[in-house]
Amino acid sequence: MDYIDKKILQNSAQQEKDEFIKAVFSLIVENESGVLSRVIGLFAGRGYNIESLTVAPVDDCGRKSRINILTSGTPMVINQIKEQLNKQIPVYQVVNLCQQGPYVARELALIKVVSKGSERAEALNLADAFRAQVVDASVDSLVFELTGKTEKIDAFVDLLRPLGLVELSRTGIAAIGRGCQTI
Amino acid sequence: MTGAEVLLQVLADLGVEVIFGYPGGAVLPIYDAIFQQGKIRHILTRHEQAAVHAAEAYARSTGKIGVALVTSGPGATNTVTGLVDALMDSIPIVCISGQVFSNLIGNDAFQEADTVGITRAATKFNYLVKEKEKLADKIREAFYIAGSGRPGPVLVDIPKDLQLAQIPYSKKETKIHPSYKPVTEPSHQAIKDAVKAMKKAKRPIFYTGGGIINSGPHASEGLRELVKISGFPCTSTLMGLGAYPASDKQFLGMLGMHGTYEANLATHGCDVLIALGARFDDRVTGSVKDFSPNALKIHADIDPSQINKIILVDIPIIGDVARTIELMIEEWDKQPISVDQDALKEWWDQIEQWRGVDCLKYQQDMQAGEVIKPQHAIRRLSELVRAKGKEAYISTEVGQHQMWTAQYFPFESPNHFMTSGGLGTMGYGLPAAVGIQIAHPDALVIDIAGEASTMMNIQELATIKQYRLPLKVFILNNRYMGMVRQWQELIHGGRYSESYSESLPDFVKLAESFGIKGMRARTIDELDIMVNAMLDEPGPVVMEIQVEREENCFPMIPAGAPHNQILLGPVKEKTKIAS
Ligand SMILES: Cc1ncc(C[n+]2csc(CCOP(=O)(O)OP(=O)(O)O)c2C)c(N)n1
Repeated sequence: MDYIDKKILQNSAQQEKDEFIKAVFSLIVENESGVLSRVIGLFAGRGYNIESLTVAPVDDCGRKSRINILTSGTPMVINQIKEQLNKQIPVYQVVNLCQQGPYVARELALIKVVSKGSERAEALNLADAFRAQVVDASVDSLVFELTGKTEKIDAFVDLLRPLGLVELSRTGIAAIGRGCQTI
Repeated sequence: MTGAEVLLQVLADLGVEVIFGYPGGAVLPIYDAIFQQGKIRHILTRHEQAAVHAAEAYARSTGKIGVALVTSGPGATNTVTGLVDALMDSIPIVCISGQVFSNLIGNDAFQEADTVGITRAATKFNYLVKEKEKLADKIREAFYIAGSGRPGPVLVDIPKDLQLAQIPYSKKETKIHPSYKPVTEPSHQAIKDAVKAMKKAKRPIFYTGGGIINSGPHASEGLRELVKISGFPCTSTLMGLGAYPASDKQFLGMLGMHGTYEANLATHGCDVLIALGARFDDRVTGSVKDFSPNALKIHADIDPSQINKIILVDIPIIGDVARTIELMIEEWDKQPISVDQDALKEWWDQIEQWRGVDCLKYQQDMQAGEVIKPQHAIRRLSELVRAKGKEAYISTEVGQHQMWTAQYFPFESPNHFMTSGGLGTMGYGLPAAVGIQIAHPDALVIDIAGEASTMMNIQELATIKQYRLPLKVFILNNRYMGMVRQWQELIHGGRYSESYSESLPDFVKLAESFGIKGMRARTIDELDIMVNAMLDEPGPVVMEIQVEREENCFPMIPAGAPHNQILLGPVKEKTKIAS
């Protein structure tokens, strides 16, 4: 077809691609009641999947919040998610950090271990190696705090499982683009 | 001023003339304020769902924003169907609901419901007004959001204490959501690319939708000009009917599941598809993978989320479709390419062949005493209306009669056809007719209905009586939920599970019990006489037309099938052309 420059036709070629890709959406939203419900409702109502979600105010007067959502889907679905989020009235901006360029994503975990003797010692050794902090301790228990990439936390958690891990609390990721670029 | 008075003042400032509503405890202060003013007229429907449908049809037939007012709890929950209906069809309405006193919210108070929570997915936007200082601005913003960008329903929930509170009224407005910025101006580069592709096309087609109607009369005028200067064929969705005149030779009729043979085969076989204000609904596309498989696709829509949602397109154009069309017309002469007229002629020859199949043909026996075919009833209705020199506003319910209306009632102008497209809401047509007639008191308004759908909002006969609305309810009674029966016949082995319209009322007596004229036509010789009698009657009429009971609606593309697997029905299957 010579109707138009080749570049425009890339879409048709994409038609067949339906493997899942990961996306990290960062949204700047009006900090008002119901915004989070709107965002979550949109995912639930349209059958999109949320792998993790974080939200907190980010400007000095508390008027705007940032929501980070980790999700996955076919390229067409990821594009739909972005446009559907953008369409929400209280949403200022939506960026897929995976598409925008390099980014940093970190999460925080609090991990409770109940053990004694050599297991407790082993847990403390591992914490040292992973640079986790001990934020609470009793004779039989420890609470570690660890910040890092999701994979690092996964690894630490897996190692602690046989050493008396009893409870886990994770935040989901906070993410930001590298370099001078902002959203 | 009280909050209720401020509300009415703001509505008046916004140009609201009519509210459709139903009172209750949580909106009594507003009703009290309505009682004491003379600017805004209140129309009492007999159900909150009907108030919303009436507001929708008011909006669709005027291009203004429709307004509904309901009480808390059951009043608000009754609006949900109407709100979703408006959301699916992009109809600008504002629904104001009362809420219990602020200090009772969350206490399971009498008639408390989490209205904002329940309607969140049913609206374009909604909110609970918490601060009295913001009441006026929230109402203004609701109107702005409902009417701008891709239009839709907005709900504002107002606690009773805010309605009673003293609030200073100010005309000054502040914008509450600076985050909301709909794009209306399309990219000029995209327009250039699109027109270039259009001019190089050999088998082009315009596929137009409800967006053209929403965009206003200017968009329909532009479309007519663009279709004319290009010489291309034009098809329309159900929602778009009337934007391009049905009687024009370049119009191929509706496309999709019950669209015409020529429109569907042309959409399937085209090489450039120009989608204007349409959203590739599954009732239009059938099998997505086989939809218009060899075409370069241009898609103009005001809502970016519609682009590449179902069909990947080659040239997206985001913006107001009236402006898009205007720019396309400007660009048309600027592009040095000329359309390949030989190819276009060949394309038209092919289309004429498809058209020659006469896919909407039906067999009506004209002998006295014969059964009336529903298609014929609608065709005669349209012809007799025209013979009286009138242009009717039509609403429909949902089912076979709705599709037959789209097929056999030609629409020549926009804003004249009100039907529930996206949601397919039975019970829409009767209250919709109320909304239209309120907006156009002297116009001929007809609700083309099925007997089952009519039963869903039948209480509105009382509204029609109260306001002396001269509208006509034209019921095609086949004693079946016809569309359900049709699917059961074609897809479920003829097992008519629960689709028989059991225990129907006598519609003539029913109408009379409401103080409305009832009429009936049983056989073909009575049809014209009764239709004329109905049209000549100055007041409202409920007309029951007893029709062929097991007539099916064709053409039909079975759900999920490609367009070239269109079924023409028993009479015409033989005449199909290989495609
Ligand atoms: C509120 C609602 N419930 C159910 C349906 C499913 N439905 C679609 S068409 C139809 C039958 C409509 O029957 P009738 O109004 O008699 O019209 P006909 O198809 O016979 O013309 C039904 C039940 C619907 N569209 N809306």
